[in-house]
Amino acid sequence: MAMGDAKRQPQVIEVGDGAAIPLKSDVGLFTAWRVAFFGAVAALAYLGLTQPDPYLRILLFVPDGILVTFEVTMASILLALVIGLFTGLGRLAKNRLVNGIASLYVEVIRGIPLLVQIFYIYYALGRIVRIPDLYSAVIAMAVCYGAYMGEIFRAGIQSIPRGQMEAARSLGMTHAQAMRHIIIPQAFKVVLPPIGNEFIALLKDSSLVSILAVSDLLRRGREFASESFTYFETYTVVALIYLALTLFFSKLIGHMEERLGVDKRAA
Amino acid sequence: MVEAQAISKFFGAFRALDRVSFDVHEGEKVVVIGPSGSGKSTLLRSINGLERIDRGRMLVDGVDIHAPGTDINKVREEVGMVFQSFNLFPHKTVLENLTLAQIIVRRRARADAVERAKGLLAKVGIPEKAGAYPSQLSGGQQQRVAIARSLAMGPKLMLFDEPTSALDPEMIGEVLEVMKALAREGMTMVVVTHEMGFAREVADRVIFMDAGVILEEGPPSQFFNNPAQERTKLFLSQIL
Repeated sequence: MAMGDAKRQPQVIEVGDGAAIPLKSDVGLFTAWRVAFFGAVAALAYLGLTQPDPYLRILLFVPDGILVTFEVTMASILLALVIGLFTGLGRLAKNRLVNGIASLYVEVIRGIPLLVQIFYIYYALGRIVRIPDLYSAVIAMAVCYGAYMGEIFRAGIQSIPRGQMEAARSLGMTHAQAMRHIIIPQAFKVVLPPIGNEFIALLKDSSLVSILAVSDLLRRGREFASESFTYFETYTVVALIYLALTLFFSKLIGHMEERLGVDKRAA
Repeated sequence: MVEAQAISKFFGAFRALDRVSFDVHEGEKVVVIGPSGSGKSTLLRSINGLERIDRGRMLVDGVDIHAPGTDINKVREEVGMVFQSFNLFPHKTVLENLTLAQIIVRRRARADAVERAKGLLAKVGIPEKAGAYPSQLSGGQQQRVAIARSLAMGPKLMLFDEPTSALDPEMIGEVLEVMKALAREGMTMVVVTHEMGFAREVADRVIFMDAGVILEEGPPSQFFNNPAQERTKLFLSQIL
């Protein structure tokens, strides 16, 4: 029966914005993912081959930026994961001060647009301490996404049944030991899908750092366009590359989740 | 071993335990029965501090466990607990379930912990499941693993909170057999259960609780054949 099946579904926690990871059930040959991904790659290849000027020149000019985009994204997500874990734990802490600080951080950061935060860290705080562009960018992204990650970790930890903590504590483990060995490892599995979505969202949002003097993909495109006046051509290429990147990583993460998420609990 | 002195526990305005006093001597097997909501699980959980009491004193092995400054984790190392819902760690193998607390709480060497764990798995009758994950076991097997996990710590006292209530009928026997074997070895046990056969056979003393108080207690022969209280008679007539 449908109800019985629904009961056996693994626990799913709420995801903030639209899911970027393709669903497993979405397996047809002409899925939106295939059409979009191979369409984007084919379009880039076609344009580069048939109209090497300016398309091939653009394609040769921007790869440095892809690397920077990737670096900013990876550095930011790793830092955001650490911030998020501690924020999530802080939001669950009984200590009022710790809980208050974590909650305030989440509320404040979620209430300010990322672009404003980037400006704030680079220009406003830059008046006090001069932080290099790349670091400003990574810090701003990590601080922002850390708040969202914190909520994901909090929900993930709360989704673990209370009996797990009780069993661990009744064996003489401290609260910290139980968290580290029992609760957090189980929560990690629950939070993988929403974290995958955050990664994709962060990859896209990383284009905001082109505002600073960080030569990411969008920035490199802008440099090329403003010198050659080929705005239409350049931004078409940039958009197609972002699309291909996003789709590629969402597929990759989907595969990773499938492998990591192999449910050891399933008989 | 356990000495409860007039303990009370409130959930909001609801009085779950009302000045309950009782004690458990070393080697004694005490079975606690009573209707649901009578406070028997709360009583059991207050013995290892999973439930904080609001009034009274709970002494375990001479230690006032709810006193400020008591290291509750030290007490819990000596008090094993088995839950209705097993609460095995699903992300760890059966063997890891048994060795984790030995290693990080008791600070035993891994090899010692593994050896002890394997011995206990043999004792509860499932040595071949050491490498399995809990979900690959039947309910009865999971509960036997949970008992072994508690025993691995080398407790002086074992608490059982309705250990067979979540099991299919055909699996109840295998768990009760393990508990009986443990009783024969002289373990001090406090068992909350609805298994009256087990109470008759194993208990030194049966405690009957209702509405947060102990209504009656005594050896099983007297308790089952000749209960003093009307409430006890009514309860026994309903479940036997």
